[in-house]
Amino acid sequence: MDRKLIFLLAFTGGFVIMSIELLGGRILAPWFGSSVYVWGSIITVFMVALSLGYLIGGRLSLKNPSIKRFGALFIGGALLLGPLYGFGDSLMEAVFTQVEDPRYGSLLASMALFFLPTVMLGMISPYSVRLLVQAKDESGQVAGLLYFVSTFGSALGTLGTSFYFILWFEVDTILLLLSGALLACGALALLAPHQEA
Amino acid sequence: MLRALALLFLVLAPTLRAEIIHEERSLYRNILVRDLGSERCLLFTVRRSNRNQSCLDLDDPDRLIFPYARMMLSGLLVTPEPKRILMVGLGGGTLPKVFSALTPEATQDLVEIDEAVVTVAKRFFAFKPTTQMAVHVQDARVFLKRAAARGLTWDYIMLDAFTGDYIPEHLMTREFLEEVSAALTEDGVLVANTFASSALYDAETATYAAVFPALAEVRLDETLNRILVAQKRPFPGAEDRQAAAEALRRPLRRFASDPLPLARNFNVAPRFAEDTRLLTDQYAPVNLLQQQ
Repeated sequence: MDRKLIFLLAFTGGFVIMSIELLGGRILAPWFGSSVYVWGSIITVFMVALSLGYLIGGRLSLKNPSIKRFGALFIGGALLLGPLYGFGDSLMEAVFTQVEDPRYGSLLASMALFFLPTVMLGMISPYSVRLLVQAKDESGQVAGLLYFVSTFGSALGTLGTSFYFILWFEVDTILLLLSGALLACGALALLAPHQEA
Repeated sequence: MLRALALLFLVLAPTLRAEIIHEERSLYRNILVRDLGSERCLLFTVRRSNRNQSCLDLDDPDRLIFPYARMMLSGLLVTPEPKRILMVGLGGGTLPKVFSALTPEATQDLVEIDEAVVTVAKRFFAFKPTTQMAVHVQDARVFLKRAAARGLTWDYIMLDAFTGDYIPEHLMTREFLEEVSAALTEDGVLVANTFASSALYDAETATYAAVFPALAEVRLDETLNRILVAQKRPFPGAEDRQAAAEALRRPLRRFASDPLPLARNFNVAPRFAEDTRLLTDQYAPVNLLQQQ
């Protein structure tokens, strides 16, 4: 039961990360255009944030790993997405006025908007591995399965967002749904029957 | 007779063979320059190679080959003497040349996102920026936002950035058109080369109509292109537009272009489905709508 839940959560984490990354292009375009360097900025920020997230998530899993703490990562991710709705535009406007070069403008804006939530969501994968692995000899297989599930989630997040969500919903609505999904994941984990990992 | 025709064809055929004289992959697209007879055309994709972006008649460089280029002059019917011109999307640089001839004192800001297009226009399409022109290699939305911050305005704005396989979605939203409107003088005009078919047609027309009090559509029988003409104040009456077209006849003769059909086909009440969802920065699935 616990294992299935962890996989489900890792899947959702992967889904949400790529969906946000894709929306990033739309969020930045009104201020910084849709030139290649805007995508360059977004991808760079996501990659740096994820790599840091992996590092911190792994570190975090050393100390009293539990499904509840795992759930807190999702809630943290959802909360860190908050500023995107409220302050997104005023923040981008500030960057736009301060930084003349749209390359560094878009880099700075992506950093301010997406860095923290992505670090948080990046912590999910290594933490999941820690919760799932029970014996050393199965660790590679568990990690492989986990990457499979979360990366597959990322693939579906990309596809769903670019093919359908943007046709059905406004950007803010999609963000709200993604935050909702993260909160639901967090709640599921917090409510899960306590179990020592 | 048939044989004579066949012979003639055999003689002429080699001279009409299309020849690719330049090919490059820029950051944004494939750029091809193709010669066919005396016509030289700029193409942006390989697969749909019938889609020319801009053409030049090497024997008669002034001739406007594409009806749409002529249609982009429709704004002159309502704003006959522009002094500050802004053009988004350079193509082969045909229109800046025409405006230099028609309104030599006017300044022209030419915004093109792709440096390679500027180079190709200069090298293969005899595009020579005059002292009145400034070329800006920049995303148009960013350019306009910066311009607005400096309080710059124009009285003739042309949008011609929508002809490739990928449509820049952030240049079709209500918010963008509001920024264009803010950069337009009170009697200025916006002329946009846009889409005549697909689900995008209604969405686009509705969005323009939501931002601009005066909106007209120009279509000509000989082409599938349509041009939207928009103003912040009501359009001058039909007689005034006709008079403006008459006045343009002489100066446009050199470009083998007749402005009268533009006045005749100036439809001031373009139709669109009432319940159409507007394109906004929040909702702009432009390329998906184009497929439908």
